[in-house]
Amino acid sequence: MNINLTLIFEMVAFAIFVGFCMKFVWPPLIGAIEERQKKISEGLSAAEKASHDLELAKQQAASTMKEAKQEAATLIDQAKKRHSEIVESAKEDARNEADKILNGARAEIEQEVNRAREHLRGQLATLAVAGAEKILERNIDASAQNDIVEKLVAEL
Amino acid sequence: MASANGELTSAGYIQHHLKNLTVCQTEQGWQWSGAENNYVCDGNFMAIHVDSVGWALFLGIFFLWLFRSVAKKATVGKPGKLQAFVEMIVEFVDKSVKETFHGRNPVIAPLSLTVFVWIFLMNFMDLIPVDLLPMLFQAGGVGYMKVVPSTDPNITFGLSLSVFLLIIYYSIKVKGPVGFFKELAFHPFGPWMMPFNLLLEGIGLLAKPVSLALRLFGNLYAGELIFMLIALLMTAGIGGFIGGTLAHVLWAVFHILVIVLQAFIFMMLTIVYLSMAHEDH
Repeated sequence: MNINLTLIFEMVAFAIFVGFCMKFVWPPLIGAIEERQKKISEGLSAAEKASHDLELAKQQAASTMKEAKQEAATLIDQAKKRHSEIVESAKEDARNEADKILNGARAEIEQEVNRAREHLRGQLATLAVAGAEKILERNIDASAQNDIVEKLVAEL
Repeated sequence: MASANGELTSAGYIQHHLKNLTVCQTEQGWQWSGAENNYVCDGNFMAIHVDSVGWALFLGIFFLWLFRSVAKKATVGKPGKLQAFVEMIVEFVDKSVKETFHGRNPVIAPLSLTVFVWIFLMNFMDLIPVDLLPMLFQAGGVGYMKVVPSTDPNITFGLSLSVFLLIIYYSIKVKGPVGFFKELAFHPFGPWMMPFNLLLEGIGLLAKPVSLALRLFGNLYAGELIFMLIALLMTAGIGGFIGGTLAHVLWAVFHILVIVLQAFIFMMLTIVYLSMAHEDH
């Protein structure tokens, strides 16, 4: 075991190495490690928060869905009601209209019947006059009764 | 590998492997140590183990270069594979420091990292086949080469004495000179037993760097020596070769544990000692 200058060299080298390590090696490495650890823990808590938020959002979505379904159901109910109302009123209208038309037609028919009756009555009168004329031919002065003859001709 | 007269003997092989490449200042100026000048540097303090210092510096610079290159490009986002590896080590050291050292000191963690990785790399040289690098250097004309710096007590004591100086420095800085003296003088018995206390605590204090250095040195030196003995066994016939190969594999596998463990122990004890230096009773 020779103890010699090598020992001093080693001590000096050790001091320089430790100094270099302290100044240039350790701080950036431990800094990076600690920074990453911080980031990871932040990321984890953010993920936890996000999953919590997601849970909340799911609940909210479910309740919104339920509300929407209810609303839709009431809307459909209302629509059905309205639909039947509209159908009912349309039926009513149609019935009224039909009645009106029917009544109009009836009145017209009656009128027509009346008119035909009048007409027949007129013709009957003419025929009666003509018959009467035939019967009374001799007694009737053609010229004097010309207006009646003309009327008859026009009527034929 | 060859001894001075070119004849290879077991004792010569081992002795040769335990010699550092040494240069020293003698009366005839700076000289390389060797068998031809009867290891002129042995016992001379003005000597340098060029191999130990060289490998230690090389490995230390490799460590700093590697970690610095990662640190420069360190991203907070998804790390690359190398960055993940380096960060794993940094985090491991940081955790060890935080668990043991409760004060605030920006030196402790980088110091521990340097100690851990540097010692690990120096120990790792033990897993390189025991003759590979020495033979390569011999081919290049360098006769002696001990490639495991932590088998050199100069290196291990260099580290542990640096830690010891830090222990003294922080003890005085935190507790004050008087407080530090009181800690040494008034424990574990009262002030009336001061000389005994001083003796006890002084030995305890001095034992720290000595045990740190000798534990590391002893483990690695023994490990290296066993690799050499196994290498010798492998030259002893076919049975020796098979047995040696088997023993070599087993010892190398076991040594993977030893080199990491020794680096870890050195680091942990450094942290513990410095933590004790910061504690004011």
